[in-house]
Amino acid sequence: MDTALINLIIFVALGTVSLVLSVLAVSSKSLLRSATYLLLVLLCTAGFYLFLNYHFLAAVQVSVYAGGVVILFVFAIFLTTKNDEKMVPHERRRYVLGALAMLAGVALTAFILLKREYLYRDNTSMLGDAELSMQTIGQTLMGTEKYQYLLPFEVLSILLLACIIGGLLIAKKK
Amino acid sequence: MIKVEYYLIISTLMFFIGIFGFITRKNMIAILISLELVLNAVEINFAVFNRYLFPHQLEGMFFSLFGIAITAAETAVALAIIINAYRRIGDININDVTRLKG
Repeated sequence: MDTALINLIIFVALGTVSLVLSVLAVSSKSLLRSATYLLLVLLCTAGFYLFLNYHFLAAVQVSVYAGGVVILFVFAIFLTTKNDEKMVPHERRRYVLGALAMLAGVALTAFILLKREYLYRDNTSMLGDAELSMQTIGQTLMGTEKYQYLLPFEVLSILLLACIIGGLLIAKKK
Repeated sequence: MIKVEYYLIISTLMFFIGIFGFITRKNMIAILISLELVLNAVEINFAVFNRYLFPHQLEGMFFSLFGIAITAAETAVALAIIINAYRRIGDININDVTRLKG
């Protein structure tokens, strides 16, 4: 077997697994299981980033999402869910309407996405020979020129500070 | 070579599975988990378009990067609000949390 076929097989397996796990994450009865399925979906997404040769993005995805956000979820679930609590379902009408909205959205978006033709035939960078160097990422993140991102980086750090303070204030015991 | 459409189909389905969960779940944390799925799908799209259509630039990848960080911040604040609501009301179903003033 050649590499392209193996890549395709791995990709299809990854995509199927991530979609099945997404469905389980939104339909599971137990919240803790939902959070676990979400963790696995996020890890599959890191796999997609590896396929696209964005190694740094995959590392960030694993460490921030899988390491940080999901842990936050698990602790919040522990703090707010009683031991034998059952999930209360909505009325049936809401499921039907939700499924209709979902199907309509998928149909519309897939129609628009697949009707277009994407011109990338001569682009060889996704074949695996174009790893993004750490130096490029660092210079782009820390530069002040056009297409460089120091200002958003600093704004983001202020946002995170505001979130820490806000989170502490909101969750503080009176 | 994997076609760009495959990625787009996967991210579209993931996005709308998230929307479905957002509509049909009652627990606030479950709603937040659905929201994570939606944001995750969007970030896949940014990275895919960047790699396939504009491989010599880095905009999409950095958008994904900042998106991940903003998602983490948003989750932290939302979970703080949920824990606070649980402390005041004793429940985190959206039907019971109708008075945020407390």
